[in-house]
Amino acid sequence: MITFVQISQLLQSAIVFGTVIMFGALGEILTQKSGNLNLGVPGIMYLGGIAGLAAAYAYEMNTANPIGFVSLIISFVAAFAASALGGLIYSFLTITLRANQNVTGLTLTIFGAGLANLFGGMLNAMAGGVGQISIRTTSSAYRLSISNVVSLGPFASIFLSYGFMAYLAIVIAVGLFFFLGKSRTGLNLRAVGENPGTADAAGINVTRYKYVATCVGAGISGLGGLYYTMDYIKGTWTTDSTIEALGWLAVALVIFATWRPLNAIWGAYLFGVLYWLYLYIPGLTRSSQEIFKMLPYVVTIVVLLRVSMRKKREDQPPASLGLSYFREER
Amino acid sequence: MSHIKSGHEPLIRIAKRDAIAKPKAIMIRAIAVLLSLVVSGVFIFAITGLNPIRVYEVMVEGAFGTSRRSWVTIRDTMMLFCIAIGLAPAYKMKFWNIGAEGQVLIGGICTAGLMRALGSSMPTPLLLVVMACASLLGGCLWGIIPAIFKAEWHTNETLFTLMMNYVAIQLTSYCVSLWENPFGSNSVGIINQQTQGGWFPKIFGQAVSLNVIIVLTLAIGMHIYLTYSKQGYEIAVVGDSVNTARYAGINVKAVTIRTMAVSGAICGLAGFIAVAGASHTISTSTAGGQGFTAIIVAWLAQFNSAIMGLIALLLVSLQKGAIQIASQFKLNNYASNVITGIILFFILGSEFFINFRLILRGKKGGEEK
Amino acid sequence: MEQTPAVELRHVTKRFGKVVANDHVNLTIRRGEILSLLGENGSGKTTLMNMLAGIYFPDEGEILINGTPVTIASPKDAFDNGIGMIHQHFKLVDVFTAAENVTLGTDDAKLDLRQVADHINEICQKYGFVIDPMKKVYDMSVSEKQTVEIIKVLYRGADILILDEPTAVLTPQETDRLFDVMRNMKADGKAMIIITHKLHEVMDVSDRVAVLRKGEYIGDVATKDTNPQKLTDMMVGRAVKLNINRPEPVNTTPRLEVRNLTVYDALGVKRLDNVNFTALGGEILGIAGIAGSGQKELLEAVAGLQPMAEGASITYRSIGSEDKGIQLVGMTPMQIKRAGVSLAFVPEDRLGMGLVGTMGMTDNMLLRSYRKGVSPFADRKAPKKLAEDVLKELEVVTPSVSFPVRRLSGGNVQKVLVGREIAQEPSVLMTAYAVRGLDINTSYTIYNLLTEQKMKNVAVIYVGEDLDVLLELADRILVLCGGQVSGIVDARTTTKEEVGLLMTKFQKGGDKTI
Repeated sequence: MITFVQISQLLQSAIVFGTVIMFGALGEILTQKSGNLNLGVPGIMYLGGIAGLAAAYAYEMNTANPIGFVSLIISFVAAFAASALGGLIYSFLTITLRANQNVTGLTLTIFGAGLANLFGGMLNAMAGGVGQISIRTTSSAYRLSISNVVSLGPFASIFLSYGFMAYLAIVIAVGLFFFLGKSRTGLNLRAVGENPGTADAAGINVTRYKYVATCVGAGISGLGGLYYTMDYIKGTWTTDSTIEALGWLAVALVIFATWRPLNAIWGAYLFGVLYWLYLYIPGLTRSSQEIFKMLPYVVTIVVLLRVSMRKKREDQPPASLGLSYFREER
Repeated sequence: MSHIKSGHEPLIRIAKRDAIAKPKAIMIRAIAVLLSLVVSGVFIFAITGLNPIRVYEVMVEGAFGTSRRSWVTIRDTMMLFCIAIGLAPAYKMKFWNIGAEGQVLIGGICTAGLMRALGSSMPTPLLLVVMACASLLGGCLWGIIPAIFKAEWHTNETLFTLMMNYVAIQLTSYCVSLWENPFGSNSVGIINQQTQGGWFPKIFGQAVSLNVIIVLTLAIGMHIYLTYSKQGYEIAVVGDSVNTARYAGINVKAVTIRTMAVSGAICGLAGFIAVAGASHTISTSTAGGQGFTAIIVAWLAQFNSAIMGLIALLLVSLQKGAIQIASQFKLNNYASNVITGIILFFILGSEFFINFRLILRGKKGGEEK
Repeated sequence: MEQTPAVELRHVTKRFGKVVANDHVNLTIRRGEILSLLGENGSGKTTLMNMLAGIYFPDEGEILINGTPVTIASPKDAFDNGIGMIHQHFKLVDVFTAAENVTLGTDDAKLDLRQVADHINEICQKYGFVIDPMKKVYDMSVSEKQTVEIIKVLYRGADILILDEPTAVLTPQETDRLFDVMRNMKADGKAMIIITHKLHEVMDVSDRVAVLRKGEYIGDVATKDTNPQKLTDMMVGRAVKLNINRPEPVNTTPRLEVRNLTVYDALGVKRLDNVNFTALGGEILGIAGIAGSGQKELLEAVAGLQPMAEGASITYRSIGSEDKGIQLVGMTPMQIKRAGVSLAFVPEDRLGMGLVGTMGMTDNMLLRSYRKGVSPFADRKAPKKLAEDVLKELEVVTPSVSFPVRRLSGGNVQKVLVGREIAQEPSVLMTAYAVRGLDINTSYTIYNLLTEQKMKNVAVIYVGEDLDVLLELADRILVLCGGQVSGIVDARTTTKEEVGLLMTKFQKGGDKTI
């Protein structure tokens, strides 16, 4: 029997896990709504993670008494800016130079993962000792939650035991929902992703919309990497490919959510539950746990199939996703 | 009497090129590679403070400095080349097979499993054939699943094959913990280290000869298949226009599935080569991102076998060189990914100048720049 | 009274590569006036208007709005100058509602769709449209989509409207309604340009006609001072005396018997409604009808490319009516070929359906023959020879037989396609708009080729849009109207008026009974 405490634990770890990929997916939803299929999400999340970490490290090393809140701001801005810069590289190549989107995105993933792990390795080497840096002040600022201040019952802690970024993700999702669905700029952006020729003829600056959506989207995706380094692994760096796996899961979540920001919220937590479920199923061997970790991907495939079979117009990807736009095409 | 009000006329306009002379196209690409090497040099200088020229010398040493290093470079080039060959027919058909990574792993799993099970009981030549067949079938299966759904329901293949990669990765993790050796190491270890059962034999005194033979044979075969065969012709027609293919009586669904079967199978075979011909073990990094890199290789070469080989060689040499820098200057191997990324960015960007031309303000539209 | 023109174009020139689409064109449009821009396909009408709409940028020349020189570098600039263009291919976002499409890209501060809907309803009332502002575009009929397009530019306060072939996709009834709306807008002081090549519409709706020929501006006349004959002369440069050689058919036998053919499209709309006819070997059967009356579906159904409703029968007979025949319904193009039926088909969309754009002539010839033989390799010797023959006989202009056909001009692309299809020695030859976009000489080459095929006892089916050609080329004319056969007439005895009437038979007053 699974106890309430176990459910509570599962939900908490699912929400932490889900928050990482929710950021990645929300940024990618914004990007894809402009018609850009950016497969560089994993690379961008790497960039966000390492930039935040490096900025916080530089601050903590060069300040006698680092203040958590200042460090938080510095690392947050650095992470967003570095990720947006990754988005800018992608935008310049695919929008201005009209390079193939898939290939450019994959290259960005290779590049971002390389850059992040290169610098991560250097930081770890600089830290000396155990070979792993740790930025306690900043990380604890990120992880500060209500449960640190007042003691909560087991039920309340399901909702209130996270750092601010877990709530920020939800705020961004809701904000994105209103932006895409209810605002003029959002309407224009969707038109760009559906039919850039039409948007162009309507006087919308297609290039600018694509650039801004892709760069801001990349910035949001990068926050997933930041949350991962600061909160999930508590202000350290491990040179491995975990972020890459999470990045692809974020791309999967975009499909799972059928490009709707609100679906991404519960979808992210569901992915988290599916990912951690194996810990709570009794009698699993270590190998069969690996099969369980397959679930988020399998579920995404099922959603992808269902969407393509039902052919409901509102569930389809943006119509011009993956195509570059050239006005004088004939 | 003609003039243009140049107040708001865009400073630079772009227009599609009709055609570009070959030498010019090659020159544009060469300039791009050169520029990317300069930028990479600046990057390396920025983080290591080393003379970039010296750094490139070290890189060449790293890739080709000793005969052993050269052979490793060749071995890894063959692996990347092999996957690119597998991807070529799918991409020629405009089927975005992002799933090579998974297809390679499935081929690797089949190979490693058989190698463990039959390594001591079956003679190596026969075992090699059995493993090759199994990996072909495994990769083929992994390739045709998305193809069937694409053919029947237009399911987006980019996203489907991407997901299939991670299913394959988890399947690999499953096998790794199932076959763990020694217990607790979380790895399979070198399979049949003593007997070398199921390993590629040395030919002409070289362990990687067979890799080269298989991949070059595949390269030539694929070139002939795509250029001269009826099936290759069908692939090209479907890739250009599905309607024209239907018009000509081509069964588009069948061609889609058949082509992905070929594509997946060859990627699966790459997994066989990676396990039996190189690492003699299996892990989630057996494909190591090569499935993604190979997409870029195939795309940039526009599916021309010889050019795919050259690009693969360039990328792998760079990686090997960067690894050498890393170990000499105490960085980690990821430096190679950064340099690969920079070079690919430049090559991707240069395609623009091959397909488009720029018209500066004040120039008349018809002029060639 | 000399009023400042709403729009004045001076010496506007646009080139695409080596092709001059517009060569120093001058044009003026006044307020409260409907100007017809007349010209054959490829005469540069749309290109010229696209420069006003900010889609293309002129290479030379100058544009004046209300007497002031302006630069129109983007559609936004066009709107700012009060110019709105209704494109032939609708520029609408399918998953948006009418209201969302209308408000798209406007400067209104807030997105208030209810207010937009109210405004749309006002415009509808003022000019006499009907549309549901909350309906999604993918649920709309063609004429509803066009209405949204027009409302879109009116909503933005455009007072210069450009309509690019607005009637090509409309029924006569819908066309009349559109013209009423246009007259209302004219009364409201708007300047309007309508691109068309239907002369009776020009006479019906416009005040003035400007004519373009091969990118050059020929001149303009007041509609009341001209007639269709004079306009045609301006358009083609000389009077059209087609004089197409039409020998009497000999030894005609039933070749293709089509019975109870009904076709629904992917959205479930009936495209063909119980079509019955027999095409004879040795004659040219012309097919006339307004664009989108089911011509495409009819040809594709015969070619095995179109799913048909239950009960249809298409019987192919090689020699005569005593032959039992082959049932083509349910066969794929491949099976039809294997059954020994040599079917040649020149589809409307040449590069999208008939040819492979990225391949050269040789590989395009291969499309029909690559399966020959048991070898796994394709034989390119015969196709290369064929490509060279077609190149010589039809005078295709191309650098080489391996040069991508996509880069050839429209006429040359058509020659490659027709050349290949005739080389199959077909027993049935179907062509859709075979001379669209071709110059006069090439058109005659095609007419002669088709007639030659007819004399070889081929059943030729010719779908055309130019009634003059149909009347002189075909032996019989089948008229399609809204997916139904509204009549089959003898081309030698019928008149243009009779065919024209049949084309609109079922639409006037919604009379659906035959």
